[in-house]
Amino acid sequence: MAASEPHASTAGATGDDNHGRPQADHADTAKTLVQRIADLRAWLFLAALVLGFEAWARIDFGGTFILNPFNLQSIAIFAVAPLLLATGQTFVIISGGIDLSLGFIMGLAAVVAAHTINAFTPGLGMPLAVLLGFMIAVLVAAVPGTINGLLVSRLRVPPFIGTLGMFGVARGVAFLFAGGTTVPVQNSLFAAIGNGRLMGVPYIVIITAVFVLIMHYLLSQTRFGQHNYAIGANTQAARRAGIDIKSHLLRLYILSACCAGLAGVLYAARFNAGAAQAGEPLLLDSVAAVVIGGASLFGGSGTIIGTVAGAFVIAVIQYGLVFVNVEPFWQFISVGIVIIISVLIDQAQRRFSGGRQDE
Amino acid sequence: MSSVAPLLEVANLSKHFGAVRALHDVSMAVHPGEVVALAGDNGAGKTTLIKAISGVYRPTSGEVKLKGETVDFGTPQEARDKGIETIYQDLALADNLTIGGNIFLGREPMRRAFGFLPVLDRKKMADAARKTMAMLDFHVSRTEAPVSNFSGGQRQAVAIGRAVYWDAQILIMDEPTAALGVPEQRKVISLIHQLKAQGRGVIFISHNLQDIFAVSDRIIVLRRGVKAGERKISETTHDEVVKLMVGG
Repeated sequence: MAASEPHASTAGATGDDNHGRPQADHADTAKTLVQRIADLRAWLFLAALVLGFEAWARIDFGGTFILNPFNLQSIAIFAVAPLLLATGQTFVIISGGIDLSLGFIMGLAAVVAAHTINAFTPGLGMPLAVLLGFMIAVLVAAVPGTINGLLVSRLRVPPFIGTLGMFGVARGVAFLFAGGTTVPVQNSLFAAIGNGRLMGVPYIVIITAVFVLIMHYLLSQTRFGQHNYAIGANTQAARRAGIDIKSHLLRLYILSACCAGLAGVLYAARFNAGAAQAGEPLLLDSVAAVVIGGASLFGGSGTIIGTVAGAFVIAVIQYGLVFVNVEPFWQFISVGIVIIISVLIDQAQRRFSGGRQDE
Repeated sequence: MSSVAPLLEVANLSKHFGAVRALHDVSMAVHPGEVVALAGDNGAGKTTLIKAISGVYRPTSGEVKLKGETVDFGTPQEARDKGIETIYQDLALADNLTIGGNIFLGREPMRRAFGFLPVLDRKKMADAARKTMAMLDFHVSRTEAPVSNFSGGQRQAVAIGRAVYWDAQILIMDEPTAALGVPEQRKVISLIHQLKAQGRGVIFISHNLQDIFAVSDRIIVLRRGVKAGERKISETTHDEVVKLMVGG
């Protein structure tokens, strides 16, 4: 390649280009191996966990873990709420932010759904009351989401702080609405949605699967999703490209709050009651699911598919440890270890892709 | 040079920030296929001048003419719509998107999947990326790779490619070689030659006199907000330009 050095600039550039291309491709192959592992890490974790619990169950008490349909159902139901929160969280984290208020927005929505359905069931009948309950709960959930979005986009409050404030506000409001207790629902249709099954698959799992699929489409196939990635990688670039950052962030936080709203409604349906603390333990699980799923907390990367795997990793750990009869405190330890390993893989990948071949 | 009408004309442009005269009574012109270098010390007014041209600032007085027509840009977007594209030092690329994704950022093409579902038209983006980059003599095979996989000069080419795809007539390049290694710098210089050959006008800001002399047709030196001098590259020397810059 040194032969191209003395040439005039145009010819020299062609030489440089030939020089540069294989390097870029080389960087690509070096990267793809690490990146493939990194991209699939959540699925690898999931497979390892399932196999591990299966082996444990067989050796310990001659049973089966994953081939038992009851276990599959339970894990899926277990994963519903964390997965819905994590779906909204995925969008926010990709944009470079975080939404800490999701847990209590979920509780707020659960309480609002319970109250709304109780209020309308006598007058309007069960189906209409359930429909109104769904809609009003999600709309109410959108209110804190809107405030989050305005704080972050217009007033430039860091997402961590803005949504932390909203965490407190939503928590207080939810407990006030609930009168400090849980709100039982008097509507058997709502209970049927929460606990019924279609060919063995719980309704709430079907609803969640359809919703998550739509969110996957939104993130991977639309301008909204594309802009979300761009904003997470380089907000300046996105702004210069003419993307309306303020309106995008506003819609983003409303979207994540609506995900939490749906989670709250499904929670109320499943337990036939609304509780303000419904999502309290799930917030960190939602962040964990997104990180295990391959997103970077620095923004710019992540997928819904990865998050689904991440949510199932957590659900399998939590359910599996109960299944093999280990003290529940091991759940925290195991999930914590998986998060740390996941971030270490992310760092390793960053080191590989970060070494650009400028020379 | 004066036989062709200028693409861009700046007449008696001033920009004051309160009492500070960042730019005072500067005039310049860029013709098709011409590379004009802007030089000057830090704070000489180079950045203010390009920001006034590209719609970031409204001039206090004076006017900007595009192909003989007076324009008054309120936003950079308006300038871009008229074919004035600025390529910033930090490249303004989204590293996690493909070349196509960056070219189309903010105006992504859509298609209908299954006849009804609007989805991003990735094939169109990839094709445009391949074609546009080939025009800049940069042949990409991996159109699905994020631009973070490419080298500094290639990324500079992507930023330029975006401007070319959207048919920019005037490209303003702010220190395009500053962050690059030597072979990459040379690649950018050859990119500028390509743009010149395509009949576009280039305004090229640089501290590097060697680059300026390698690529420019004319050089305009600013000093403390006023035009200290304008020379044809063929008729000047490094020493003279440095003297103009420092006022010696």
